Amino acid sequence: MIERTSGLGPDVTPEYRELVERWQGKAERTPPRTGKGSGAVDRTISDVALKAVYGPADVAHLDLARDLGVPGEYPYTRGIHPTMYRSRLWTMRQFAGFGNAKQTNERYHFLLAQGQMGLSVAFDMPTLMGYDSDSPKARGEVGHCGAAIDSVRDMEILFDGIDLGAITTSMTINGPAAIALAQYVVTAEHKGIPRAKLGGTLQADILKEYIAQKEWIFPPRPHMRVIVDMMEFCSREMPRWNTISVSGYHIREAGSTAAQELAFTLADGFAYVEAALARGLDVDDFAPRLSFFFNSHIDFFEEIAKFRAARRIYARRMREKYGAKDPRSWQLRFHTQTAGCSATAQQPENNIVRVAYEAMAAALGGTQSLHTNSMDEVLALPTEKSVEIALRTQQVLAYETNVTNVVDPLGGAYFIEALTDEMERQAEEYFAHLAEFGGMVEAVEAGYPQREIADASYRYQRSIESGDRVIVGVNAFEKPNEVQPPDLLKISPEIERAQARFVQDVRANRDGAAVEASLAALKRACAGDANVMPYLIDCVEAVCTEGEIVDAMVSVYGRYTENTQF
Amino acid sequence: MPATNAPARPLRVIVAKAGLDGHDRGAKVIARALRDAGMEVIYTGLFQTPEQIVQTAIQEDADGIGLSILSGAHMTLFPLVVEQLRAQHAADIVFFGGGTIPADDASELKRLGVREIFTPGAPLSEIIAFVERECGKRRELVG
Repeated sequence: MIERTSGLGPDVTPEYRELVERWQGKAERTPPRTGKGSGAVDRTISDVALKAVYGPADVAHLDLARDLGVPGEYPYTRGIHPTMYRSRLWTMRQFAGFGNAKQTNERYHFLLAQGQMGLSVAFDMPTLMGYDSDSPKARGEVGHCGAAIDSVRDMEILFDGIDLGAITTSMTINGPAAIALAQYVVTAEHKGIPRAKLGGTLQADILKEYIAQKEWIFPPRPHMRVIVDMMEFCSREMPRWNTISVSGYHIREAGSTAAQELAFTLADGFAYVEAALARGLDVDDFAPRLSFFFNSHIDFFEEIAKFRAARRIYARRMREKYGAKDPRSWQLRFHTQTAGCSATAQQPENNIVRVAYEAMAAALGGTQSLHTNSMDEVLALPTEKSVEIALRTQQVLAYETNVTNVVDPLGGAYFIEALTDEMERQAEEYFAHLAEFGGMVEAVEAGYPQREIADASYRYQRSIESGDRVIVGVNAFEKPNEVQPPDLLKISPEIERAQARFVQDVRANRDGAAVEASLAALKRACAGDANVMPYLIDCVEAVCTEGEIVDAMVSVYGRYTENTQF
Repeated sequence: MPATNAPARPLRVIVAKAGLDGHDRGAKVIARALRDAGMEVIYTGLFQTPEQIVQTAIQEDADGIGLSILSGAHMTLFPLVVEQLRAQHAADIVFFGGGTIPADDASELKRLGVREIFTPGAPLSEIIAFVERECGKRRELVG
């Protein structure tokens, strides 16, 4: 009884039994809090039921070697490195980019001059969806959320004067990821740098696009085929390239619970592993180049438990189910970004505080790299000032709070271990549901994860409407007649017009026959079994635009349309 | 027949996503909330053009259109919907919207003919009340 309600047992000594009984009596006589936010004291933001206090009974089943291990050893619950942040802090990687290739290139030169070693490319929406800047579909979107990259000519400008053999580049692109990789390879080889020397990461996680972010091009099956083509190509020719960054961030932003983010993200990762194994690739050849990307939301302990559970689940499956032998294949490495969806437009300065807690959860959860959101991102692209505060937040966390000095400092805490187990249990439940569909691709086609997330998101919104949950400045502690900060960053419409003219110039000044021939060869490759990567590289060499390449592929694969549900 | 005796046909609202913006969390929550408040809600799905959105509203005899944009394309796409509504003689349809829209852009959009702009954190109850009031007025006028 006591175990179930509090976890304070086992009451092995008379002294402890007496204490536990006293607590039980007092707890029963203490009325619960009323008023603001009191409707949610007994559950996490994801509706996981919570006891008032946790104790030895909650961890009695833990097997130290099997469930926790030590840092740097299987199953990596406590972290993937033996001494974690004592040996190396997480990478402070702020994702940024807007406008055109030239503006972004100037920014890169500035960042490299400040000592940054890696670049991160944000593409604009038309590029991410496979449309050229002069397409009617691109109206109003060119250069807004990143740089417009229509052809290899833009990629050449983007990396002008930068030694691609000496830096690593992270490209946040999914639907057209294989095309972006081809553009990068061609750009580098024109500069005399062989593809084998190129280091970097693609996001290339198409499954979460159908589930959450919605930047797809083809239906799931051909998309999976192109991704496996890319994994195979990189295994053979680009040993330093990380192929997929499996992303839960967007799943959480779409309104999922922590357990859904954990389960669907890992299930996406396992789907790529299974697809690559089905192609005949060796798991230890490609698995060390997979990495993960999670959200850090505002429910502090739940997030820490989620990160710990993710490492343990991944290690176990990779070793036991997929037969990986290389420890690097068992290690779940991840990047974290604080939750954009936890930020509020009201009293935006409060977002600085939210970001700080979320960043701390990521550090206590053992992240390898971190992006901290800027306070004004809920209103517009962040200003320079707010980006600086976001970076300083990480620096204060890393250098002043001392949370970095001890590995997995919450390991062994009754509550954290119980919650880590609960996250794993809920994830396993989802894995079982997904298996009933036949796998993640089939579940996505049936709209199952999409529906689960929409339901969770609606429940969450209702709990805010009812006042069960408090969001400071939104449904409590509001400031009347709030005035929005005036200095928000905006993108000039001239960028769109100039970029549209540029891509038209590019089309007018190239060998039309080479374009036609390379696109025709690409279509044949798409319709057959050949790996499409060399054909994509040929198209890029012939200066085909991204929109033309995508149209050629769509003529074979079709364009995905979602079976919409709300 | 006096309107008071007629069985009230529920208000009908289009919830729309335009352009290349895939952020549909808010649109789906609004769609459900309006439906739970007793309205008929048609969600267009993603990637609609302004022309398609206005066509859908006319074909469905909708009382209102709610457009959600979080990609930064609001100053292009909202005015195009207003323009289409006028061109199709459907400016009586209550056109409102929401998303990550800075306050001065919201004022400009309202000046151009968007009836209301809701930004992140707007209570569902406020949005429902607005739609019931404004679409109700439109229904009284148009029948």
